[in-house]
Amino acid sequence: MAKSFPEEVLEHVFSFITSDSDRNAVSLVCKSWYEIERWCRKRVFVGNCYAVSPRILTRRFPEVRSVEIKGKPHFADFNLVPEGWGGCVYPWISAMAGAYPWLEEIRLKRMVVSDEALELISTSFCNFKVLVLSSCEGFSTDGLASIAANCRKLRELDLRESEVDDLSGHWLSHFPDTWTSLVSLNIACLGSEVSFSALERLVARSPNLRTLRLNRAVSLEKLHNLLCRAPQLVEFGTGAYSSELRPDVFSNLAGAFSGCKQLKGLSGFWDLVPAYLPAIYLTCSGLTSLNLSYATIQSPDLVKLVSQCRNLQRLWVLDYIEDIGLDALAASCKDLQELRVFPSDPYVVDPNVSLTERGLVAVSEGCPKLQSVLYFCRQMSNAALVAIARNRPNLVCFRLCIIEPRAPDYLTLEPLDAGFGAIVEHCKELRRLSLSGLLTDRVFEYIGTRGRKLEMLSIAFAGDSDLGLHHVLSGCESLRKLEIRDCPFGDKALLANAAKLETMRSLWMSSCSVSFGACKLLGQKLPRLNVEVIDERGSPYSRPESCLVEKLYIYRTVAGPRIDMPPFVWTIDEDAALR
Amino acid sequence: MSPPLMGVEGGGQGNVSLMASSASMDSISQKGLGLKERNYLGLSDCSSVDSSTVSSLSEENKINLNLKATELRLGLPGSQSPERDPEPNLLSSGKLDEKLLFPLIPSKDGICSSVQKAVVSGNKRGYSDTIGGLPEMKGSMFSEGNWMFNAAVTDSETQKSAGQAKFSGNAGMNVMLPSGLSGTQPTTVKDGPTKASQERAHATNGTSHNHNKVNGSNNNTSPPAAKAQVVGWPPIRAYRKNTLATSSKNNDEVDGKPGPGALFVKVSMDGAPYLRKVDLRSYSTYQELSSALEKMFSCFTLGQCESQGAPGREMLSESKLRDLLHGSEYVLTYEDKDGDWMLVGDVPWE
Repeated sequence: MAKSFPEEVLEHVFSFITSDSDRNAVSLVCKSWYEIERWCRKRVFVGNCYAVSPRILTRRFPEVRSVEIKGKPHFADFNLVPEGWGGCVYPWISAMAGAYPWLEEIRLKRMVVSDEALELISTSFCNFKVLVLSSCEGFSTDGLASIAANCRKLRELDLRESEVDDLSGHWLSHFPDTWTSLVSLNIACLGSEVSFSALERLVARSPNLRTLRLNRAVSLEKLHNLLCRAPQLVEFGTGAYSSELRPDVFSNLAGAFSGCKQLKGLSGFWDLVPAYLPAIYLTCSGLTSLNLSYATIQSPDLVKLVSQCRNLQRLWVLDYIEDIGLDALAASCKDLQELRVFPSDPYVVDPNVSLTERGLVAVSEGCPKLQSVLYFCRQMSNAALVAIARNRPNLVCFRLCIIEPRAPDYLTLEPLDAGFGAIVEHCKELRRLSLSGLLTDRVFEYIGTRGRKLEMLSIAFAGDSDLGLHHVLSGCESLRKLEIRDCPFGDKALLANAAKLETMRSLWMSSCSVSFGACKLLGQKLPRLNVEVIDERGSPYSRPESCLVEKLYIYRTVAGPRIDMPPFVWTIDEDAALR
Repeated sequence: MSPPLMGVEGGGQGNVSLMASSASMDSISQKGLGLKERNYLGLSDCSSVDSSTVSSLSEENKINLNLKATELRLGLPGSQSPERDPEPNLLSSGKLDEKLLFPLIPSKDGICSSVQKAVVSGNKRGYSDTIGGLPEMKGSMFSEGNWMFNAAVTDSETQKSAGQAKFSGNAGMNVMLPSGLSGTQPTTVKDGPTKASQERAHATNGTSHNHNKVNGSNNNTSPPAAKAQVVGWPPIRAYRKNTLATSSKNNDEVDGKPGPGALFVKVSMDGAPYLRKVDLRSYSTYQELSSALEKMFSCFTLGQCESQGAPGREMLSESKLRDLLHGSEYVLTYEDKDGDWMLVGDVPWE
């Protein structure tokens, strides 16, 4: 069978295919397509750094220009993964340094990045352009200094919410004066002060700067200096937004903001002083994204601000906005797509603000494009959830956190099964769901049968028995990531649905009822899964098999068991029986 | 007990093949009829000469009885329920796992029929697994011992107390898990929600769960008591937690919302049955505040007067009331952000 097109033509056609899943599909058509595709794939996404090895990656795809890798499981964000678990990026950098001299972009999430890794990046890739470190840790400002000093073509340096060992702000001065290609800089997570004059000069010589997110240490009075030098900014994050009320500072700031005609997104606003809010009023009509989740201002000020942002698509805010504020939001912001409401005082038992389920219902009614919700509150009812589901069948991501574990419907004292059941029933495009409140096995029956497009499910303090887990694992055709904590799910459901685990990226279970014996079985029978037992009490082999494991992380892999495990992690493999 | 007896008697005659006993059996059988007629139970309290043989027979009966009784029990090790459980999980562990490992669809009946049981054992799973052995069996072993939880679970059928029942059921699980698992599990932090949920479970029905929390905060101006925290709950990233912590420190330490608007402060009077809240921003001097507080708490003071048995005072004038307040042991104090009790009035009002 002759090839229908010469390779070059096919390559050209494939260059229009950018989505990973489409590319994967193309590579499965036939051997020649596999070969052609692998030679021209430029962008690779590795969802779990242990699912595949650097060697396998570089061997299959020799011409990669952009890599995205994720490390620790999501629950690491909430301190459930012990320190030192893994996710070290150095082996990847080292492999790619040899294989991809033309690498341009590295995006990492929840990985451990050392200063050595940063230095290796800065010296290995002459065309290096984009470094995004999201929720990473393990590096200091020294590592940043090497990036600044060596990456002559750097365009994007984004440190979103990473934990940086902040030795000094001096690293910023390592950017050479000849370097003018900066497009995006996000240093919001850094604690110490960077040299403001260096920052000013940097901004002044970067005509392509679109995104600038400052850290808290940059004071309000100086903001206008930066804004005046970068009127082309699209996304801006302030530093601490507080100062004594001085008319000259205010007018400078207001003038600077009004000069930024392209501004679409604002963030920062630590220690926000309401008196300075009007300085941004002129930008409000153009804003599509507003992150006020560090601004401890009250509902009236929030309402005044939000009512002017008619084109708002994304709002992150503290629960100070209250139901009243959400009513105003629903009335004013008809383009709203994403809402996140964070708790201002999550560890206090009684509500400190008047934010209830009513606010969310109001937004679901008033905002027809609402797709993504993250909502922390202290009370919820089935009726409200049903209303939300009926109002917004176009929800794609619904994460509800009722602060008290196992809180029932506050009106009827029933479990919230019916409410969440309505969500999965009506929202047929739902891809991500986080549950909370009092839930029995029944809700999992609904989710299993109706959550056909559900890809990620987070469960905490829910369910009655293995039946709940069984419903999820035997249903949910699209499930990729399942994370569970403090639920009475155990061996039966896991073992009965073992094959399902190979169709998913990963499963996390902590403080559940899975015995070590079941883990051993899974590990022995399913070699393409890594079954990792995390137990800080000591080796699970020293206890009876029926003892429960503390934490369990199961993921599919073609790289075999990992070799960099800390002492509190055990991988079960075929040899487990021999130990 | 009589049927087995009758059976045993008949059986005893057949089964027991010892010559000696059979001889006595024969002799008994003739008299046994007589015994039967006189004594329905046919045992023990016949005091005839044949009592020895009778007693030996009865012992044999007893032995047979015991054998039968133990026979019944052996079939279900550890389980108190009379029915035999056909579920595969009572087989040896090897069999259990092989059967359930390969994803044959577990029979709905199998699962549904054991839902009730599974619910119980699910709740008890943590505790039971520390004993060792198959979870399912141990669950049923505890179904009798922990009748309270059993009742709680069945109560869940009825809607009314569903919330409470679930609390007690789950509270049980939560309580059991930390105590069951040894080692470095964060048991202390887990006590928080379990205590709260246990208190809820024991409190009166129908009230919202907030009412029954033990806040333990009777102080004037300290923030409402935070309960013991569960690790990683609520799910907030460390960066956000730290940022909020430093933000709140910058604000006033007074209980109430930071920023403009009403600044409500809790005020308690020693011995008063409930506290009050005042809005500090609605006063402009200490004098205003203290007179407002006087008015608020005057009702308690009146009661105090009478209980102290102030002689002959049936009418209390305002001035006398003020005297009482000022002359009495009541002074205005507040707790500042360092946790020290301070006398009101030293710092200028602003």
